[in-house]
Amino acid sequence: MPAFRIVIMLKPGVLDAAGQAVQRGLHALGYGVDGVRVGKVIEFEADGVTRDAVGDMCARFLANPLIETWRIEETTPTGTAPAGTVPVGTGGAA
Amino acid sequence: MRWGVVIFPGSNCDQDCVHALRSVLAQDVLEVWHEDRSLDGIDAVALPGGFAYGDYLRAGAIAATAPVMSAVRDFAAAGKPVLGICNGFQILAEARLLPGTLVRNRSLRFRCKPVWVRVESAATPFTSAIPVGTVLRMPIAHAEGGYLASADDVAALEARGGVVFRYCDPMGRVTPEGNPNGSVAGIAGVANAAGNVVGLMPHPERASETLLGSTDGRRIFESAIAWGVSGR
Repeated sequence: MPAFRIVIMLKPGVLDAAGQAVQRGLHALGYGVDGVRVGKVIEFEADGVTRDAVGDMCARFLANPLIETWRIEETTPTGTAPAGTVPVGTGGAA
Repeated sequence: MRWGVVIFPGSNCDQDCVHALRSVLAQDVLEVWHEDRSLDGIDAVALPGGFAYGDYLRAGAIAATAPVMSAVRDFAAAGKPVLGICNGFQILAEARLLPGTLVRNRSLRFRCKPVWVRVESAATPFTSAIPVGTVLRMPIAHAEGGYLASADDVAALEARGGVVFRYCDPMGRVTPEGNPNGSVAGIAGVANAAGNVVGLMPHPERASETLLGSTDGRRIFESAIAWGVSGR
């Protein structure tokens, strides 16, 4: 089944409170990073849904065009790791 | 006058609204569940504050898709009064029944305190009995109350008198210090083009009794009641 991943970010200039908080945290840990932005990722599987329809979903509901931008990616469905994806370590797993 | 107070999962000011309308202002009040599809017999609708549907995705975004919102849309299109308070304002903005949107407070903090707003337009049911320039004291309680719209949209809003309330100091002067959340142009409340749909971040229902420190919020409900009685 086709699957989509949507990456939503606040437009430049819109206050990104989460990004600022994360940046402060990174600075507290001694990492000299700048321009941290925090967004959202939404994934779903859908049969017979066109990319245009996904664009409509973003414009109508998943994002707020006044303050956010979005990027639509067509991905490999859940359960099958896309080529090039390496499983990451399980440190921190409960 | 019969009011409908809409209750979403996560609303938390619904009973405050019901109390202010029913007990303080002797109004007939129906509690309307978010899955209801009819507002038949209701004269005015209030969308109360809270965190509808947990404010997932964005504040008010999921609530804007609730079944009751189709009825609210029809109700608004018929010219009947709709008031969105705090989260209710966010919901009306997400439903695009009001222009603009509400973003994170510039301070990055949840703000819970009394503020002053100046009435900027009497051309709405909710301000019809309040002279322009009147300063009202009401509390705010929000993390995402910064009003934001494009410069063109704000200019159009100002030009058509769509700004209903503006943050100010106790003397009615619009100052940076009087703006609690970074709202553009100090905008605290707006109306749709027809004037019958109004949203504001401050809580009039929390300023409806002397015991609560202010009765200024009552004037917003009383205006709508007078507007309804006059049969407009």
